[in-house]
Amino acid sequence: MKRKIGLLFALILVLTLGLVSVSAADRPITLLNVSYDPTRELYQDYNAAFVKYWKAKTGQTVTIQQSHGGSGSQARAVIDGLEADVVTLALAYDIDAIVEKAKLIPAQWQKRLPDNSAPYTSTIVFLVRKGNPKNIKDWDDLVKPGITVITPNPKTSGGARWNYLAAWGYALKKNGNNQQKAQEFVTKLFKNVPVLDSGARGSTNTFVQRGIGDVLLAWENEAFLALNELGKDKFEIIVPSISILAEPPVTIVDKVVDKRGTRKLAEEYLKYLYSREGQEIVARNYYRPRLKSVAEKYETQFPKVKLFTIDEVFGGWQKAQTIHFNDGGIFDKIYQAK
Amino acid sequence: MKRFRGIRKGQNEGSIITEPIWLQRMLIGVAVGFVIVFLIAPLLIVFGQALAKGWDAYWEAIREPDTFKAIQLTLLTAAISVPLNLIFGVVAAWLIAKFDFWGKNFLLTLIDLPFAISPIISGLIFVLLFGLQGLLGPWLSQYNIKIVFAVPGIILATIFVTFPFVARELIPVMQSLGNEEEEAAIVLGANGWQMFFKVTLPNIKWGLLYGVILCNARAMGEFGAVSVVSGHIRGQTNTIPLQVEILYNEYNFTAAFAVASLLALLALITLIVKHVVEWKSGRHHSNSVQINRFKEGISHEY
Repeated sequence: MKRKIGLLFALILVLTLGLVSVSAADRPITLLNVSYDPTRELYQDYNAAFVKYWKAKTGQTVTIQQSHGGSGSQARAVIDGLEADVVTLALAYDIDAIVEKAKLIPAQWQKRLPDNSAPYTSTIVFLVRKGNPKNIKDWDDLVKPGITVITPNPKTSGGARWNYLAAWGYALKKNGNNQQKAQEFVTKLFKNVPVLDSGARGSTNTFVQRGIGDVLLAWENEAFLALNELGKDKFEIIVPSISILAEPPVTIVDKVVDKRGTRKLAEEYLKYLYSREGQEIVARNYYRPRLKSVAEKYETQFPKVKLFTIDEVFGGWQKAQTIHFNDGGIFDKIYQAK
Repeated sequence: MKRFRGIRKGQNEGSIITEPIWLQRMLIGVAVGFVIVFLIAPLLIVFGQALAKGWDAYWEAIREPDTFKAIQLTLLTAAISVPLNLIFGVVAAWLIAKFDFWGKNFLLTLIDLPFAISPIISGLIFVLLFGLQGLLGPWLSQYNIKIVFAVPGIILATIFVTFPFVARELIPVMQSLGNEEEEAAIVLGANGWQMFFKVTLPNIKWGLLYGVILCNARAMGEFGAVSVVSGHIRGQTNTIPLQVEILYNEYNFTAAFAVASLLALLALITLIVKHVVEWKSGRHHSNSVQINRFKEGISHEY
């Protein structure tokens, strides 16, 4: 018996080592892109295109590795030592956190690339069930009694913070910049939220798969994706009168690329996002492109909506984060009051 | 075991049960319904969904490079963590069952620790220890040693959560066996290794095998702790359970269930082997040992 068990273990060990060594045989240069939840499909396409581009340009074969999760928790992982060559997160604050807590990136990172280091933008729209049975047209409809709203948790999800700020911004504009009124509005809105998922994709699944809620506050691209993947006959996108301009930023992680010797590659990887090909891929994955020519080509795809920026209304991410989302901030008060 | 069942059955046929037939039937119905809804239906759904688009789609899903890598990583993790826990489990059980020493109860509690704390915490422990902001992180980073967000972290976390399985399975078995047979072996001139391989191991082999099976099932199926230390790099640091979550979140339901069915299959094999082990051990052990084990089992329920 002893021999049999020993033999069995030896067999398993040999098999696994065999499998592992085969895969380790040829290792090309790798680049790790740590990103947030809804960019899975975007970077899948983009990576394939970039690998081809890089091969044609330099003859080098590169492998781009991806990691996805809630924007906040991904930033946390990078802080704790996940060796990302580039980070492509949902909002600037999460990259600021990496600057602040781990000092892996210089403080003025956002100035290094055009357009606030955000090669694509997005906004927040509503996804409702087909035929819009609850007749949801604008932000005001979300605070009506009896409406259930699905949004992820602003504490962990970047998308959720954009959702929250979009609602806040709408209420400010409507009430002549009265912060008190805006807080009342957002409080009412969160009273209609039955469940807070930790990430945007989790919320989409709650709404789409589990059939909970009348309206999902979602990234525009996430809403389009849900339509395409799960059927245009089941859902509709509703565009509110006004929403927020979400600028998901990208940057290289200086300490990591210098250590791994991948700075050049990482920089080119991000620059290619701004190229015509990169912008086309961005637009095809329902992110709003920056490049004018591409934006015009895909004009019909994106509904026209009045957008305000976080700098205009909230004075930047640092301020918005401190006032609204840090422990003891307004969101905590709103959610406890529930 | 069989004997106990026999006694009970005999009693049932007598007049001890006084409940009316409808109540008996109802209770049985509730129990059977429960088993169907909570155990059998989910299992069927997993396999049903996995094969919803046919065998070709099933194979395609499993052969997909990232998924295949996840399967490799899971096998590697189990191949390292299970033997290590096997060795530790035997040594710890031996120590606890055969010797009395100061701090024995403390050691017992310590072995149970991974059972008692949430897997998320188990993962965080390693991040706090080996992470860049952690205790040893900066030092490790200097020497370019990667532990968390890499394969070593996943293996460490797995070893941690599967720590108690073998030891916990063996301790009651060894305690019930007592020391007589080993003492006899020593008296007859066996050395330590001879005694272990010729006397102890044959006595504990079924319990040991069962512990290893459970340990392996958990090692392959662990989600929480591994999720924390993984970093979720596609094709690099995702194990099977993490890959299932990713596929599901990408609306790739057939593939998600196909990969999940591998874990379900593992569970089924585990159960079958467990059954065979119990049946075999029932035949190979004397009844007195069986009864002792049975009693131990009750007092050592965890």
